[in-house]
Amino acid sequence: MAPFSMSLFSDVPQAPPVAVFKLTADFREDTHPQKVNLGVGAYRTDDCQPWVLPVVKKVERLIVEDESLNHEYLPILGLPEFRSAASKVALGDDSPAIKENRVGGVQALGGTGALRIGAEFLRRWYNGVNNAATPVYVSAPTWENHNGVFADAGFKDIRPYHYWDAAQRGLDLTGFLDDLEKAPEYSIFVLHACAHNPTGTDPTQEEWKQIAEVMKRRKLYVFFDSAYQGFASGSLEKDAWAIRFFVSEGFELFIAQSFSKNFGLYNERVGNLTVVSKDNENLTRVLSQMEKIVRTTWSNPPSQGARIVSKTLNSPELFEEWKGNVKTMADRVLLMRDQLKAKLQALGTPGTWDHITQQIGMFSFTGLTPKQVEYMIKEKHVYLMASGRINMCGLTSKNIDYVAQSIHEAVTKVQ
Amino acid sequence: MSRPGSSPDEKGVSQNGDPGGQCPLFTNTLNAPVSPETRLLSAFARDTQARKVDLAGREYYSEEGKPFELRLVGKIKQQLSTDPTLHPEYPSSLGLREFTRKATEVALGKHSRAIVENQVLGVQTPGFTAAVRLGAELLRCWYDLSADWCGPVYLSSPCDDSLAGIFQAAGIQEIREYYYWDDKQRGICLERLLEDLESAPEHSVVVLSASAHYPTGADLSQSQWAVITRLITSRRLFPFLLLPTQALCCGDMERDAWPVQHCASLGMELLCAQSFSHCFGLYGEAVGHLLCVLKQNSVLLPVQSQADKIVRSLWARPSVGGAHVVTTVLSNSAHLVEWQGEVKHIVERCMLIRAILREKLRLLGTPGRWDHLTQQGGLFCCIGLNGEQVEFLSNRRRVYLLPGGCLNVSAINCRNLDYIAESIHLALTSSL
Repeated sequence: MAPFSMSLFSDVPQAPPVAVFKLTADFREDTHPQKVNLGVGAYRTDDCQPWVLPVVKKVERLIVEDESLNHEYLPILGLPEFRSAASKVALGDDSPAIKENRVGGVQALGGTGALRIGAEFLRRWYNGVNNAATPVYVSAPTWENHNGVFADAGFKDIRPYHYWDAAQRGLDLTGFLDDLEKAPEYSIFVLHACAHNPTGTDPTQEEWKQIAEVMKRRKLYVFFDSAYQGFASGSLEKDAWAIRFFVSEGFELFIAQSFSKNFGLYNERVGNLTVVSKDNENLTRVLSQMEKIVRTTWSNPPSQGARIVSKTLNSPELFEEWKGNVKTMADRVLLMRDQLKAKLQALGTPGTWDHITQQIGMFSFTGLTPKQVEYMIKEKHVYLMASGRINMCGLTSKNIDYVAQSIHEAVTKVQ
Repeated sequence: MSRPGSSPDEKGVSQNGDPGGQCPLFTNTLNAPVSPETRLLSAFARDTQARKVDLAGREYYSEEGKPFELRLVGKIKQQLSTDPTLHPEYPSSLGLREFTRKATEVALGKHSRAIVENQVLGVQTPGFTAAVRLGAELLRCWYDLSADWCGPVYLSSPCDDSLAGIFQAAGIQEIREYYYWDDKQRGICLERLLEDLESAPEHSVVVLSASAHYPTGADLSQSQWAVITRLITSRRLFPFLLLPTQALCCGDMERDAWPVQHCASLGMELLCAQSFSHCFGLYGEAVGHLLCVLKQNSVLLPVQSQADKIVRSLWARPSVGGAHVVTTVLSNSAHLVEWQGEVKHIVERCMLIRAILREKLRLLGTPGRWDHLTQQGGLFCCIGLNGEQVEFLSNRRRVYLLPGGCLNVSAINCRNLDYIAESIHLALTSSL
C-alpha cells in the first residue's frame, strides 16, 4: 500500500514533445540575427507577423457593438447559422445535397475537434456497433495529429496508405490505388481535401476520379480533412472540387472543416463537421448521436469565432471582402513559391525545383534529407521539419535570399 | 489511448449486412434516447401557451428574464477588440498562462502552499464539461497505474445528468452514487452519505460539489467537510471537486472555493473543474479550467505532458476570447472591485427571490418545509416535489422544472412569482 504522502500519479511517464512545437521552442531560444522559422503552420505577412484579416476586424467590431446579441449558451450542435453557412461554403451554394436536406453540421473546436467528433461517431456507429477494429487509413505522410485523434477515439487499427513518392517528388498514385484495392471493405480513409499537409501535393481531378471509383467499389468510407479551403489556390470553388465531386458521386461522407487558417482565427477554435447523409431521416439520427457525443466532450461550443465566420459568410458584401482577404494570403504564398524556385534555379542549385511551384498551399516538401535539414538548422539557423517540410508563409522578401542561399549550401555541401 | 486489458468489445471487420452499396451507412444508428432534461426542454419549446414558465435553464436570468453580459465584461470586450498587441496566434494547448495562473489562484488562494511548492497544474479548457472530461481522461489513463485503475467514480444523488456520460466517454464505465439530497430533511443527509463513502473501494474517485450544488443548491457546511475529508483520507479516496459557479453562492470567490483550499491545505491530491461562465456572464465563451493539485512536484511535468497529449487529440487548444476577459478583470484591482459589485447584485437578487418565494408559500399555507430555500445559496434549489407533482406543474400549469423537482431561482421574477408560488401550492395540495 502506497504511503499517504505518495502521489497516485508517481508512475506517470513524461510524454515526448511534439516535434513542430519543439522546433518553434528551439527557434525562440536561438539568438542568431538571421534566424528563420519555417516550421509552424500559421500565416505570416511579409513582415513575418500574424495577420488579422481586415474583414475579421470589421466583423469583430460589429459583434462587440451589437446590443441584441444573445448571451446564452450556444446549442450543443453549435450556432445554427454558422453550421449551415460552413457546410454551404464547402459544398457550394447550389449543392443538390443541401437542397435535398441531407446535409448537416456540428460546430466543433477547430479542425481537431471536428475530426474527433467524427471519429468518435464512427467508432460507435459505423460498420456495426462499437466496432473499434475497423481499419482507419491515413496518408503516408500526414498531419501527425491524425493518428492521435483516431487512436484516442478508440480505433485500434490505424494504417498508412501510400501517398508521397520521394523519388519522383510527387503523388504515388499507383501505390495509393493499390492500397485502396487491398483495404478491407468498409475501411475508413482520411483524405486531404486540398493542400495536403505536409507534402503540398494534391491529386489532379483525373486522379481524384480514379480514387473515387475504387472507393465506391470497395465500399470505403470517405472522411475529408479540409483545413485550407480558399487558402490553397485562392479560389473557394477550386479548393472544394474534390469534396463536391465525391458528393455528386453519391458518397455519404464527413468533412472536418477548419476556419483557423482561411479566417486567421487560430485562437478562437472555429471548426465544423459537415455530415452528408443518404437522406434526411438518416441525417437526423446521425445528428442526434453527434449531440450525445458533444455533450460529454465540451457540451456547448464557444460562440465568438462562429459568430465572426457566420456573419461574414452570410453577408454578400462581407463574403466578397473575405474572399479578397483569402486571395491576398494565397497570392503571397504563390509569390514566395515562384521566387524561391527562381532563386534556386539562378543559384544553380543541383536538382529540380519544379515541385516548389507545383505543390500547393502552406507547405512544401522540399526533398531535403534529414542531414541537410540538420545543416540548415544548426549551421544556418533556418528551422524546418526533419521531413524537409517548410511553411511558405515563413518566407518574406527580406529573408528569401538567405533561405535560398542556405538551401543551396545544404544541398551542395551535405549528402 | 487505453490500458492493457481495458479494450472495448472487438468484433470482426465487416459488419454492415448490406452488400448492395446503395443502402445508407448508418442504418444501425439509433435515435439517441432523450435525457429527461432534454425532454422537458423540448416540451417547453413545443408549448405554445403564452403563460409557460421555464425554471430549468442553466444560466443566470436577469429580472427581464434573459441571460445578460456584465457591464464590465462589455466594456472590456470593447477594449480588447481594439488592442493591437493581441495576435491571432495558436495558443498553447494548455491555454493562456496568465489565465491559468489567475484561475488557479482564485481556487486555491494566492499563497497556497501547493502553489508555492509547485505542485499545481492548471489547464484552460473550453468550458466546464471539457474540464471534467479532461480530468476524467487523466484519471482513466494515468491515475493509480500500478493497480490498473478504471473506476469506480462516485457521483452525488442527484447530480448533473451529463456527469456519468462524461466519465463513461472517457472510458470509466463504473459509476456509482452516494446519498446526498434527502427530500424529507430538505437537505443533505450526512449520515447516509458517509455510509456510502465508507463502503467505497480504496482509490475510488468521489465527485463533490464545492459550492452551489447543482441541481439541489444544498452545500456541505465547513464542519461537514471536516468529517468528509477525514473519511477521504482514511479510505484513501480521490476528491474531484466541482466549482461551476464560483462567487455566485456567497458573493465571494474565496468563500465559495473554501472546500478546495481546505482539501489542498490537508495535503490531498485533487482535481477541480472550474467555470467562469456564470460569474462573468460569459456563457457563450466556454471559459473553463481544470485544476490538478499533486502530492509531489516531481510528478508535475509528467502529468502536464500527458494532459497536453490528451488535449491535443480532443480540441487541440482552447479558445482565447473569454479567457482574456477573465484574466483582465482578475489582474486589475479596479476591475475586480467593479466586478464584485455586479456579482453582489446577482447574489443578492437570488437571495431576495428565495426569501420572497418562501414567504409566499408560507402565506398560501403550502404544506411542507421551506426554510431550506433561504438557508441555501446560489442559483439552484430543490423544491422537494415528487415526479407526479413535477409533471402536474408542466402539464397543467406550464411550469417547467428540472426532473428532480429542482429549479433555477433566477428565472423567477416579479411577473411570474405569484403564478409559480400558486402552482407549487396547487401541486402539493391537489389530489393527483
